Amino acid sequence: MSEWVRAAFVIARRDYVASVWSKTFLFFLVGPLLPIIAGLFFGTVGADVDRQAERVTVALAVAPADGAALVAARDRLAARLGEDALPGLRVVAPETPTATLLADTRHGMVLVARGEIAAPLVIGPRDALTGARGALALIYDDARRASVLGQSGAALPAPTTIATHFVAPPPSATAATRITTARIGQFVLMLLAMILAGMLLSNLIEEKSSKVIEVLAAAVPVDAIFLGKLLAMLGMSLTGIAIWGGGVLAAVALVVPASEVLSPPAVGWPAFLALGLLYFVTCYLLLGALFLGIGAQASTVREVQTLSMPVTMAQLGVVAFASSVVGEPDSALAVAAMLFPWSSPFAMIARAAQLPGLWAHLIALVWQGLWVALIIRFAAARFRASVLKSGRPKRRRWRASRAGPSR
Amino acid sequence: MAGPAIEAQGLIKDFEGVRVLDGIDLTVPAGVIFGLLGPNGAGKTTLLRILLGIIDPDAGERRLLGHAAPLKAAREVGYLPEERGLYPAMKARDVIAFMGALRGLPLAEGRARAMALLAAYGLGDAATRPIRALSKGMAQTVQLLGTLVHGPRLIVLDEPFAGLDALNQGRLEELVRAQAAAGVTVIFSTHVIAHAERLCERIAILGKGRIRFDGAVEEARGRLRPRVRLGTRAADGPWRAAIPADAVYGKGVWQFELPPGGIEPLLQALIAGGAGIETLSIERPALHEAFVAIAGETAAEAEKAE
Repeated sequence: MSEWVRAAFVIARRDYVASVWSKTFLFFLVGPLLPIIAGLFFGTVGADVDRQAERVTVALAVAPADGAALVAARDRLAARLGEDALPGLRVVAPETPTATLLADTRHGMVLVARGEIAAPLVIGPRDALTGARGALALIYDDARRASVLGQSGAALPAPTTIATHFVAPPPSATAATRITTARIGQFVLMLLAMILAGMLLSNLIEEKSSKVIEVLAAAVPVDAIFLGKLLAMLGMSLTGIAIWGGGVLAAVALVVPASEVLSPPAVGWPAFLALGLLYFVTCYLLLGALFLGIGAQASTVREVQTLSMPVTMAQLGVVAFASSVVGEPDSALAVAAMLFPWSSPFAMIARAAQLPGLWAHLIALVWQGLWVALIIRFAAARFRASVLKSGRPKRRRWRASRAGPSR
Repeated sequence: MAGPAIEAQGLIKDFEGVRVLDGIDLTVPAGVIFGLLGPNGAGKTTLLRILLGIIDPDAGERRLLGHAAPLKAAREVGYLPEERGLYPAMKARDVIAFMGALRGLPLAEGRARAMALLAAYGLGDAATRPIRALSKGMAQTVQLLGTLVHGPRLIVLDEPFAGLDALNQGRLEELVRAQAAAGVTVIFSTHVIAHAERLCERIAILGKGRIRFDGAVEEARGRLRPRVRLGTRAADGPWRAAIPADAVYGKGVWQFELPPGGIEPLLQALIAGGAGIETLSIERPALHEAFVAIAGETAAEAEKAE
């Protein structure tokens, strides 16, 4: 192990132990859970609202008379219950294949009803069918009641039993729900990275104000100090993630399995989660290294706040940029988002949700790693130049390099 | 040890257009206690930082224990910065072990040595207490022990006596002597000359970014002539012609520099002139006076230059 790496690990170990064995670690554990829980709650409520607001259209592949009766029944019910409470109906030729009907995105038909009016069979994805089944039963009941009205001695029909047949959602529907997976991935990534980068910054300022930094700088290269600090905070966050994953999130997952809430990502759940972890690491390192560079310029918390505010805002802009290309993972803008180092992890996690294939992720991880190294070097140089009052005035660079002082 | 502990040649450093070091040449032999003296703002801390590789010079070269890249010698160097810094929540034992680990000492070995050092310096009870629970003097001792724990060949102390009470200053002096006796080179900066006078074999006096004096303490004292303190029965008389015109009189005693001719011609002239000598002593100048004189020359030079 090189001296440089050894030194980084000595610092990382100290910072990690000091962070994890402090009371503030408990706050760190609790802190991010609140917005995540709030996000999940509002996300779920929002999804419910979306589901309700989204009109399901049912293709009626039935005899023309039955179709007319069902449409009339729906209109009668809509007058009392409102349009939004009932699925839309569209009468189609009974011989049209189910797959053709479900793939017809022009009319948004997501369910297909077949069979007799007294014994219907509804075909479609589980999610849409479960949501629309009750309303469809109402329509069928009403249509059947209307057909016996006026017939003397006719008994009211028993409630209709709708037979169901679940099929996989069509590709267009999967793509839409994968966008949700992509956005959630981006949100979690951003939340964790920003919280941790902020903590890293506070840590550095504390160290500068406690004057420990000079003891470190006299013993090991500044780059190793920065890398050590980044690794320590990363270790702390991974510990936090392990605790969350093993505890609260696992409990939530038991109640509402993610696989039922979200569509499986294009690369599959195991690869998606692994990539999520890796992109979290690079995202945090990229942002953390940048914040370290900023922290290196500042000597007080106030200065840090002043300097870091524009960066935080810019980072939000970057996340918004990466978020705007979700749904178009192959567009030129998406490629730009993947290339720009600070938006790259966000764009790539969205890509993992939407497109299969892992080679692009391998390249992206190497690319992001290179940027991390570059930023650490730059931040360390700025730190030495400003805080430790080193570095050379530009005018003298050539002459000084000839003189050859070296570390 | 083969070569000198520290060598510097032509070190120049500017901060925001102000020249802080202006061509420093310095050699610190191995195995000595070396004092870096100078008034506040003379550039002592900057020079030490450059020598240790914390910052780079704008021009010039330095070698630390033979290494042109000072951090390559980090495992053999201990450094106590002027601005003391310790992690407040860390235990004294762990701080020392951590400082050793930074310089390559395995953590477990560092802890064991830390316990021994703390016990040796009367802080055995403080080993498992956090730094924030220690007094300033104790915390400073802990940091000092952290600079020694890995067994360095060179110890650099920047204003080590600042903030210590007389008792702790005495302990620190003992510690410095003990290290030197064990063959360790000790270089420390101070603007309190008494410490340098008691401890150092060699000193350098820094003023306005330049080395104004570099040599043995005796040599520095030798820059000034001995001072004569003379008490006479006669208030006036021909003997007055024998003492310099700038002699100062106070509390019945004349004070003046020993004239270039030496003590014998002076005595003869005083006796012949009827001074009626009551007391006469010749005092060698203290390092403090040599320092003031050298620093004064520097200030005068600077004024002249401006």
